[in-house]
Amino acid sequence: MNDYLLHLADTSLILSHRNSEWCGHGPVLEQDIAITNIALDLLGQARYFYQYAARLTGNTDEDKLAFLRHEREFKNLLITELPKGDWAHTVLRQYLFSQFQFFQFEKLQHHSDKELAAIAAKSLKETAYHLRWSREWVIRLGDGTEESHRRMLAALDTLWPYTHEMFRPADYELACEVNVAELEQPWKEAMAYVFQEANLPIPQHTWFQYGGKTGYHTEYLGYILAEMQYMQRAYPGATW
Amino acid sequence: MVSVTNTRADNYYNEKKDVLLILEKIYDPEIPVLTITEMGIVRDIRFHSDNSLEIVITPTYSGCPAMDVITFQIREALISAGYSDVKITQQLSPAWTTDEISESGKQKLKAYGIAPPDRRFSPPADGVECPLCHSANTKLISEFGSTACKALFQCLDCKEPFDYFKCH
Repeated sequence: MNDYLLHLADTSLILSHRNSEWCGHGPVLEQDIAITNIALDLLGQARYFYQYAARLTGNTDEDKLAFLRHEREFKNLLITELPKGDWAHTVLRQYLFSQFQFFQFEKLQHHSDKELAAIAAKSLKETAYHLRWSREWVIRLGDGTEESHRRMLAALDTLWPYTHEMFRPADYELACEVNVAELEQPWKEAMAYVFQEANLPIPQHTWFQYGGKTGYHTEYLGYILAEMQYMQRAYPGATW
Repeated sequence: MVSVTNTRADNYYNEKKDVLLILEKIYDPEIPVLTITEMGIVRDIRFHSDNSLEIVITPTYSGCPAMDVITFQIREALISAGYSDVKITQQLSPAWTTDEISESGKQKLKAYGIAPPDRRFSPPADGVECPLCHSANTKLISEFGSTACKALFQCLDCKEPFDYFKCH
């Protein structure tokens, strides 16, 4: 259970961190606010999962779990740690993930573990907003100008190989009776519909990258952690 | 009315009422016209046998920084009222909804210039009544606003931008 909670927490935290890099850099003010709102929601989710994990294990807390674990201990999905890229990368990543997370929380809100179910039910309402927002952007840019379409195709090339990790269960997911594999079909159906609207092809990759769930990361995660954890590493226990 | 017979149950009831009176004076730091009780954030007031007092609150939005400030405000208000052992716990289930905002709270929001949550506009869509000129000729600018709980609108009649408290 603990590993599963950390996987959920790490995934939300790392995507939150990536999205927060847009703060003050969004293409227009309203969208700057939107992406940072999403970052804040994800941070809130991460906190619930870390707090619960800390209560279960004892002798730790949410801050230690976020700031004092090493790269190999992080269990986030690889797709969340990839660089934010341009706006096309950011909105497409958010859509690919939010569509998955929406289905995931829909299931989890009925999980036999009451606390996990409560966090999922709470977060689902926020994810619905992320999903709607990112889906609109995918359609707008995919079916937009020649330039925006080209950028979406490039983003799709980069991100698609990281999508299948969401549906390949880790041992700790199976142990918690969570079946992520069954979310793949509805996810694919949603993709087919939205990509058609967006005038984007469904990539026919046969190769996918895995590893994040079990702690094998891309070269990007180390840099995120270095930035995020610097203060606590340099000044242990510092608060303000 | 509360009976004056000095039973334990009455004492308990009166004490709870005292605490509630204190909580009713604490305002939401992000929406300073609403108290935390009008927001529906306070779920329970519990006295424990070890003389500690527990306040159960529920978060509005997961990442909302106001929750930390509210926790601090509750502790401060109760300690200055003489309660020394105060514990504040969060309860997630059932998840908070905007239906828990009281009717008077919704009216205050409107008077403050924030369009109150309205089930007909969930998700947010064009047509939310402008809190300033009351026109329904309004346009959704963004589903995400200045705080996690609000969406951005513009009134096409009086031209003013305004916030809409999203149904949640």
